[in-house]
Amino acid sequence: MLPAAAAPALDAMTSTGGFLLVLSIVVPVTGVLLAFILGDQYERLVACAIVPFGLAIAAAIVVALPQGNGPVVYVLGAWPPPLGIALRADGLSAVMLAATAVVICAVAAFAAADFSITETRVSFTFWILLLAIWGALNTIFLGGDLFTLYVALELLTFAAVPLVCLDGRGETLRAAIRYLLFALLGSVLYLLGTTLLYGLYGTLDIVLLGRRIDTQPAAVVAAALMTTGLLAKTALVPLHLWLPPAHAGAPAAASAILSGLVVKGSFFIIVRLWFNVMPGLPGFIATQLLAGLGGVAIVLGSVVALRQERLKLLIAYSTLAQIGYLFLMFPLAFGASGRLESSGALAGGLLQAISHATAKAAMFLAAGSIYATLGQDRILGLGGVGRILPISVLAFALSGLALMGLPPGGAYLAKELLLQAAAEKEQWWWAVVLQAGGVFTGAYVVLVLAHALTAAKEPITPDSSAPRIRELATLALALCSLMLGLVPWEAYLSIPNGVPSDKFGIGALFKMLLPLLGGTGVAILLAPSKLPSWRRSGWNELMPVISSVRRGSLASSAIVEAGDKFLRQWPIACISVLTLAALFGVSMLGAH
Amino acid sequence: MTSGATVFGLCAAVAVGLGLYGLITNPQPLRKIIAFNVLGSGVFLLFGVVGRRGAAAGIGNDPVPQALVITGVVVAFAATALAIALLLRLFQKTGTTTLCSDVRPSACSDPSGD
Repeated sequence: MLPAAAAPALDAMTSTGGFLLVLSIVVPVTGVLLAFILGDQYERLVACAIVPFGLAIAAAIVVALPQGNGPVVYVLGAWPPPLGIALRADGLSAVMLAATAVVICAVAAFAAADFSITETRVSFTFWILLLAIWGALNTIFLGGDLFTLYVALELLTFAAVPLVCLDGRGETLRAAIRYLLFALLGSVLYLLGTTLLYGLYGTLDIVLLGRRIDTQPAAVVAAALMTTGLLAKTALVPLHLWLPPAHAGAPAAASAILSGLVVKGSFFIIVRLWFNVMPGLPGFIATQLLAGLGGVAIVLGSVVALRQERLKLLIAYSTLAQIGYLFLMFPLAFGASGRLESSGALAGGLLQAISHATAKAAMFLAAGSIYATLGQDRILGLGGVGRILPISVLAFALSGLALMGLPPGGAYLAKELLLQAAAEKEQWWWAVVLQAGGVFTGAYVVLVLAHALTAAKEPITPDSSAPRIRELATLALALCSLMLGLVPWEAYLSIPNGVPSDKFGIGALFKMLLPLLGGTGVAILLAPSKLPSWRRSGWNELMPVISSVRRGSLASSAIVEAGDKFLRQWPIACISVLTLAALFGVSMLGAH
Repeated sequence: MTSGATVFGLCAAVAVGLGLYGLITNPQPLRKIIAFNVLGSGVFLLFGVVGRRGAAAGIGNDPVPQALVITGVVVAFAATALAIALLLRLFQKTGTTTLCSDVRPSACSDPSGD
């Protein structure tokens, strides 16, 4: 039954530099243990020592990868798979490792100035959980078998949930419990699928499983259960009940980690599952279904984001929309052979994930500085903040532009790659969704900036001045997201048609105007708050037309918001989980 | 031997079904946590059945699923402990354990006295 000598030398042997993979997991975990032992005076010191070390390890892995042929592998205890466990770093993992390290660094720099004066319990918890999340994420990116990924996913959840209720208010505790319970439902479904796969094939190693997997019904059931479980943890609409309160209630540094990094963990496992474990299993309809949910997420997340009164809730809903954007790559990577191929679309999807990680973290950090200075974060009350916190508002604007797809940002490159793939596969409808996603992103960024750049109604007396290092860390992260397009991705991601080279030309400028102008239009139509006064001066003759159209579109956006409220009820969300699992199962079965 | 494994497999399915039902319908968080444990037990039982059937490797009694189940049990235990700790803190903080504060109060009043 066992294919003799199936394990090739490359995947089952520790390669040079393999110890780096172990270090990248062990170092953050060591930090957690050290902080526990040394107690609550030294946790910042430990974290500040560990963070640069971890960044150096991630950089070393990134450098080591293109030199060897194939992935960097470490086989634990020299037991080869299927019995042993392997850690593997391919291009995808290296890119995610590096992005995670950069975001953690920036957030740590921000938090070092943020939690230094607040109570020690919060600070102690935050630093330990930050390192724990880092360790768990690295395990997810490097784990070579599905059960290791399960354990890493649980570690990630257990570290992320307490971050939600760091301040210990009843409201955030409720958000944390809902998050934990829903995530547990998702992980049980994932574990159930893992059990079935082990029963069928006798291994959980990703490479071996990728070779052995076939299209029998039990494998399809396993795939459907695992996909749905992971979607529940990634908060793809309609499984998003936990995300808005959890991400909006946490302190800024914690929100940045939760929104930028934690949801990418389960997303990465979905990518592994669909592209590496079972590329031939999902079939055309399942990929369309997945991206369809993504499209719904873009519309629902963006429309509800525009209706929020608080800045942090707006950013949380924008995360929902951006998560939807990540899933658009699946049908575009579906090749003519009936399998998912690691093509430009996969590279685009991953780039989108990275640029969202950096840009969204920067947005939450900027919102945190604004909240700390103003003492509130109502969008209508943002007037004058551009004068007090120019760097934070600039960072918010830059990360917003990066998310919209301004060249040379990572999201711009991602969008170009995905549009290329859509044209190649002749699936024009996804090109429409991609462009609409950019326009919607433009809408809520313009909305926030329009309020932030107006003059204050009454002079603001800042509660406290934001330390400069906090603002600079935010700005650095935003700039990083905006510069991602200049990195030579070809060494790590498979980009068959090459990277679009036109990053600074007239064409690129024009592409940038669409989300900006379209976004302004959408913001005027869909945001229920009164338009800022300076906007109205030259528009008097147009006002009746605009306001009648606006009334209609506001009514429809109210319906979308009601739909969001409906979907976020616990029983509805759970039934959606089961329905989605059934839909995925049926569509995958139908493909064979 | 096959029939024994089948019986256990069916038990696992029943436990998973019961757990799912409880998780969806019970509004009280503590009951949700217990339902999650029932659901998890079903999955662990399935792991046992898989090990008993010798997986696909054709071995009489595969030990790997047992190792996986032990890990799974530890993870589920940790999850339960974390959930209970959060719930206790919520109760100390607010005096209730209901999860929905923003929806109609009548729909999610604490049904502990049923």
